[in-house]
Amino acid sequence: MSQFAINLLFVGASFALYIGIAIWARAGSTKDFYVAGGGVHPVTNGMATAADWMSAASFISMAGLLASGGYFASSFLMGWTGGYVLLAMLLAPYLRKFGKFTVPDFIGDRFYSGAARNIAVVCLIVASVTYVIGQMSGAGVAFSRFLEISNTAGIWIAALIVFLYAVFGGMKGITYTQVAQYVVLIIAYTIPAIFIAMQLTGNPIPMFGLFSTHEASGVPLLEKLNTVVSELGFREYTADIDNKLNMFLFTLSLMFGTAGLPHVIIRFFTVPKVADARWSAGWALVFIALLYLTAPAVGSMARLNLITTVYPEAAGQVEDYDAAMRDAIEYEERPDWVKTWEETGLITFEDKNNDGRIQFYNDKSEEFASIAEARGWNGSELSVNNDILVLANPEIANLPPWVIGLIAAGGIAAALSTAAGLLLAISSAVSHDLIKKTFKPDITEKGEMLAARISMAAAILVATYLGLNPPGFAAQTVALAFGIAAASIFPALMMGIFSVTMNNKGAVAGMLAGLLTTLVYIFTYKGWLFIPGTNTLPDNVDNWILGVSPLSFGAIGAVINFAVAFIVAKSTDAPPAEIREMVESVRYPKGAGAAQDH
Amino acid sequence: MADDKSNAAAYWSANLRLIFGSLIVWALVSYGFAILLRPLLAGIPVGGTDLGFWFAQQGSILTFIAIIFHYAWRMNKLDEKYGLGE
Repeated sequence: MSQFAINLLFVGASFALYIGIAIWARAGSTKDFYVAGGGVHPVTNGMATAADWMSAASFISMAGLLASGGYFASSFLMGWTGGYVLLAMLLAPYLRKFGKFTVPDFIGDRFYSGAARNIAVVCLIVASVTYVIGQMSGAGVAFSRFLEISNTAGIWIAALIVFLYAVFGGMKGITYTQVAQYVVLIIAYTIPAIFIAMQLTGNPIPMFGLFSTHEASGVPLLEKLNTVVSELGFREYTADIDNKLNMFLFTLSLMFGTAGLPHVIIRFFTVPKVADARWSAGWALVFIALLYLTAPAVGSMARLNLITTVYPEAAGQVEDYDAAMRDAIEYEERPDWVKTWEETGLITFEDKNNDGRIQFYNDKSEEFASIAEARGWNGSELSVNNDILVLANPEIANLPPWVIGLIAAGGIAAALSTAAGLLLAISSAVSHDLIKKTFKPDITEKGEMLAARISMAAAILVATYLGLNPPGFAAQTVALAFGIAAASIFPALMMGIFSVTMNNKGAVAGMLAGLLTTLVYIFTYKGWLFIPGTNTLPDNVDNWILGVSPLSFGAIGAVINFAVAFIVAKSTDAPPAEIREMVESVRYPKGAGAAQDH
Repeated sequence: MADDKSNAAAYWSANLRLIFGSLIVWALVSYGFAILLRPLLAGIPVGGTDLGFWFAQQGSILTFIAIIFHYAWRMNKLDEKYGLGE
């Protein structure tokens, strides 16, 4: 069987599974559609949350980020997991007790303010739409690489599949397909990682392998990696950094952002009880950690594999690294997986010094320039796209063709599961918060259900369009999504629960202040509305205030939000008695009942 | 009624104490050991690097899981003790 047929088989079988689940889990009521009937087991919800959370970026790009970023990239690992601690203790149980369908619903009711509700709707839609673009284009890339169809056709197929189970099944259909998608993606991610860890360290568990001995050289894996990368002019992989403030704030922004992303929060509305919401956050993190603990091993091992492919003499016990690095592989003898990926343009080679060999090193380092010159090198000749590390892993480790089929199905599962969760968050905000709560309060349940389905279909069309015509700033927008969630949604939710005295004016002023300062800081360096060339200051560390990157500003935006909200609340009328009672009732699990509308 | 009120207030302050303690551990392993205090842990070798690096890549995540399950377990006990569970 050809590789193409195997890929088709795996992807086709996974689609058949998702559609089968969708038919079984049709939504019959708005409660089914928005919160899966409120009867999802906490472990099931944890697994669905993990699939919801782990996007095409987590599956495909994170190992590459870790491989190239070294120690600093640990911020992604800590930030994207530490947010769940905040969710479990500060948000999920109380929002579950509140028992409504959407995040703007809580903000609107708690702050007795249509303005607060609408700001929340806008934040939710901007954060979710920017996030969904990446999922659609990620699915498109996976389709075109593995199924040999055009990117456009790939995105349309992805849209059709999501349409089938999200529009008909709503949250109920999405929940159970996400469970299946989690199983597919975690198996696909770990199998190649286990084989690679075995080959390099003899330890079959990647997270232990990372801190074990590298068998070929007899020194610890990370020490070996540090040595070979610094022999090529790169920073040591585990080296500490100087700009601690930025790393601190970046991690904090990712944590606040994770806790404030609406598509994750609404998953906790689907469990039967408040206690289940707490357990469920723990299970979600367990399932997420299975991948996030494997990713740093995949990243570092793939980087070592890549370097020892180019410099085979540097693989084992080396006495003279200079000699080993001079003896780079000849281009004609490169392994097959390099040839495969050269065809996609994601690996490129240019023989700058015409010696027929591949040189791969840090040609940006000034200190290393004299060594490179002495070795007769004339610039790094190989460029490797970070995103291929996970996708190429099975080929690097010489695994059988079915593993590649599994990776294809896994990458697509990661993209689809996150896209569906985001689309549900968008459509429920439109049909429930805008149409029912703002424009047409007398809408019937049947009418609201239809509105929810139509807004879901419309959201899919918008996401497909943006996936096909990604705005030039697509890569920048993830900062925007996390910045908005961290600076505006997370503080508003927290104050709504933990401060009885927070009032409508304070909340609205705080959300706007957090949102606007964050947007201004991001746009100053990234361009106003991300239009290239319109940035006020160049986007580099010398111009950042106190060395704080625009990506790290969400945490400061959150602090501004808290401060402004409390100052305004102090000088305006306290909230009415029924709101104080509502805040009290949210704090105690007793009498939660099922998630409901009224 | 007054009893109910003070009971509920005691439950809430027990919850806040638990949250506060959990957040200290949460901050210590991530912002402390993995970032700001890493130079202090540089002398403790772990698999070719130092303990701070291990906390940054694995230790903090494992601790986060333990924090959440511990919190959920303790809160269930509190729900029961104060008669405020479902």
